[in-house]
Order: sequence, then C-alpha cells, then structure tokens
Amino acid sequence: MVATPGSPAPRSAPGSSGTGRLVFYLALGATLMVADHRGRYVDAAHTAAQALAGPAYALASAPSRAVSGLADAFRERRGLLQENERLRQDLLQLRATLAKSASTDEENLHLRRLLRARDRIGLETLLAHPVEVDLDPFRQRILLDRGSEQGVRVGLAVIDDRGVLGQVSRVERDRAEVVLITDASHALPVTLLRTGLRTIAFGVGDGHTLRLPYIPFSADVREGDELVTSGLGGRYPAGLPAGTVRSIKPGDAGTFAVGIAAPASDTARADLVLLLSERRLPLRYDDGTVVEWQGPPESLETPRAEPVPESSP
Amino acid sequence: MSRERSVSLLFWGSIAVALVAAVVPVPQALVPFRPFWLALVVLYWSLEEPERMPLGLAFGLGLCADVLAMNLLGETGLRLAVLDFILLRFRSRLRFFPMPQQSLAVFALLLNDRVLLIMMRAFSVPVPFGLELLFAPLVGTLLWPWLFLLLDGLRLRTRPREA
Repeated sequence: MVATPGSPAPRSAPGSSGTGRLVFYLALGATLMVADHRGRYVDAAHTAAQALAGPAYALASAPSRAVSGLADAFRERRGLLQENERLRQDLLQLRATLAKSASTDEENLHLRRLLRARDRIGLETLLAHPVEVDLDPFRQRILLDRGSEQGVRVGLAVIDDRGVLGQVSRVERDRAEVVLITDASHALPVTLLRTGLRTIAFGVGDGHTLRLPYIPFSADVREGDELVTSGLGGRYPAGLPAGTVRSIKPGDAGTFAVGIAAPASDTARADLVLLLSERRLPLRYDDGTVVEWQGPPESLETPRAEPVPESSP
Repeated sequence: MSRERSVSLLFWGSIAVALVAAVVPVPQALVPFRPFWLALVVLYWSLEEPERMPLGLAFGLGLCADVLAMNLLGETGLRLAVLDFILLRFRSRLRFFPMPQQSLAVFALLLNDRVLLIMMRAFSVPVPFGLELLFAPLVGTLLWPWLFLLLDGLRLRTRPREA
C-alpha cells in the first residue's frame, strides 16, 4: 500500500486489504467469466451449483404466489362463470379453425407425397410455468419449472398463447432457463407473412422491441406486416407468430433498411408456456439411402468445424 | 445465546435476505429501481466488522448471487471484490464520516460499480445505455442510512447489558 505523503495514511484492518489479493480475485473472476462464457469448462460446476438455488427461488417467489393465491381465493363466482363462457367460445372457434386447417393439412400431405418431399414434422409439446423470480435486469430471460427430468433439452422452442417466446438455453434437473427473443444476444430467423421475405429479427434487450437490421431497400415492407418464424436454422418450427412490424427507416450505413417490430408474445409476463420439440422423419432418397435428421446442435454455440484428418502420405 | 453466535446469525441472516431480495419478482416498472442489496450488506459488514468480510468472502458471495441470477459466473463476485477492496482501503476515514457524507461515499461506490458492470458487459451483451442506470445506485444511497441504522441497532442489541 502506498501512503501518499501529506495525508494521514489510510490504514485499514491489517491483512484484510492487499492489492495482491484484489488482483488475484479480479483475475479469478475474469477467468471464471470467460470460461463460463465459452461454456465448456465450468458449465458442469455452474449447473451443479444452480441445483442448490431451489430453496432461494422458492423463498423469493413466495410473496407473489401468496398474492395470486389470495386473488384466486377471492375471485367471484360470477367472474369465473364469465371466464368459463369466454373460454368455451374460444374453444368452439378454435375447433372450427382446426377443422378447416385439417383439410388443408390433408391436401398438403397429398401434394407433398406427389412431390416426394419429406413428410411434415411432428411436434411434441410440454407445458411449463415460469418460476416467479427476476433474473438479471439487463438480460431478457425467464426460468421454467420443468427440467431435464421432464425431457427439456437445450434449444427447445418456447411459445406462449400469442407467439414465439424464446428458446431453452440451460437445463437443470427440474428447472430450465429460457432466452427470450427480445434478449440482446438473440437472433430469430423470420419470414414476412405477406411477401415471404426472409430476414432476421434481433432482440434489443428492452423487453418489447425486435430489430430487423437487414431488410433490402427494394423489399416491400410496411407497418403492420406480420412476422412468423421461417424455420431456417432448425431451432424454431416454421410458421409461429413472431411479431408485427412497427416502423421501417433507412439504416445508418445506408446499405439496408432497418425495421422495428413488436414481439407477438407477452415477454413481460407469460404465466403458461409451451415447449415445442420437433421430430423429423428421416430423409429417403430414390437410391435407397436414408439420412436421419441430426437435430439442432446440442449447445447454443455455433458448431465448430471438425479438424480435417490429414491424409496419410 | 452467546453474543458471538447472535452476531453470526445476524451476519448470515442479512446476507441471505440480501441474496434472495435480488431475485424477488417486482412489477416491471420497478425493476430499474431495485438496489444492489448484497453490495449494501457487504459494505456495512466490512465497514463495521472488517474481519468478518475479507475480500474472498465478498467474492464468494458474489458467486452465489451470480448463480441465483443465472449470470456469468464471477461477474458479481468481481464487482463485490472491487467494492470491498475500495471500502477496506478507506475504511478508517469512512467510519468517522457523518451519515450524509457516508451516504455520498456509498453513492460513489455504487456508481463505480455501475461503470464496472457496463465495462464487463461490453464484452458479452452490452447493457442498454440510459438514465435508468442511475436509479438503482440512487435508491441504494437513500436506503443506506436506514439499513445502517437497522443493522447497527440489531448488532448493538446483542451486546451484554452490563458491559
């Protein structure tokens, strides 16, 4: 410690503050962060530690659970009946829509068979509730009450009743962390429903905005255009509602137009979500070769190129 | 209960409360105002009983907070170690500051912590820049005198009367 001449030397408790220690902990913290960010070295330890966080989460979510419990207990019978009535109507409407789309599906299947195209994917679903805790305020993430024991895997798409919400980024035994599409690190391949234009929607990090920075100037994009997932990248099934275009203006670089969209799902407070997993049938070629679909990569990192084995001389 | 045991209880209890308070859900509008509870508690203990709060413990508590908030492991640890280091270095002066001045010092520490956070996040996912970044340090500063008085009152109550 350097005592500045002329000032009363600020001495602290002996042995409790050494610059050496600080440097040590700074280095340790930085190393841990980099290792955790790279996601392969301390991941197992992090996940194991996470498993111990359960009681803390239970404690943290107790107040809000108590409040919603009370609200449920005091809900009037009339309100419940009204809600029931409304849900019945919704169900009826959805059934009618479903019946119509079933015939379209049938027709589609027939056409696909004619084209010898790959059969349509099957979807498996799993319901989950978000755990009522607030994670880091600068990242858009939620925690679900289902984990690897219930079959949750990294990379599953998560939707709520209005549209796509995000994807599973970390799985524990009985909890899973979901990165929302509004997170600043998230990119979602989308299609403009009206024109079929494919582009990418990036999160901004504020919870209610998507950014579409790569729209060609020649493209026809208007305010109010609906965005759906394009299914490219294999992470999200195609055709899920993703958002609505709010505005479009020329980008700063002058090479692309930049669109701003609002997400379709309720990213702030979803109370029931659906996890989707796709089962794709193997691809059959005419010469009899069958290619199994590999599925999206297990981790969220971009797959690294395998080293090419050196050809023996 | 012996004094040592009840002070330990207060020590770990305040830390546990601060850890959980960081993840208690609050309405969306209040999120930017959530103070850095753990930092306030760490500051209090290293100010009053520094032998209980060495740098290593501050770092370890930060790791716990990271696990709870599902952050990158080590981020909060690093921030708390820096806070604790600065406080321990100026402890002998801060201890005898009048309360308003001490609160200002805490504000400076919390601001420094924000700067550190922004710098660290610049490497992964940048923090959206805005005035809201100042809300949490302000709330923390306003809470500091009350937290200090509360913890001090509880801690001094554990002293034997006749002493």
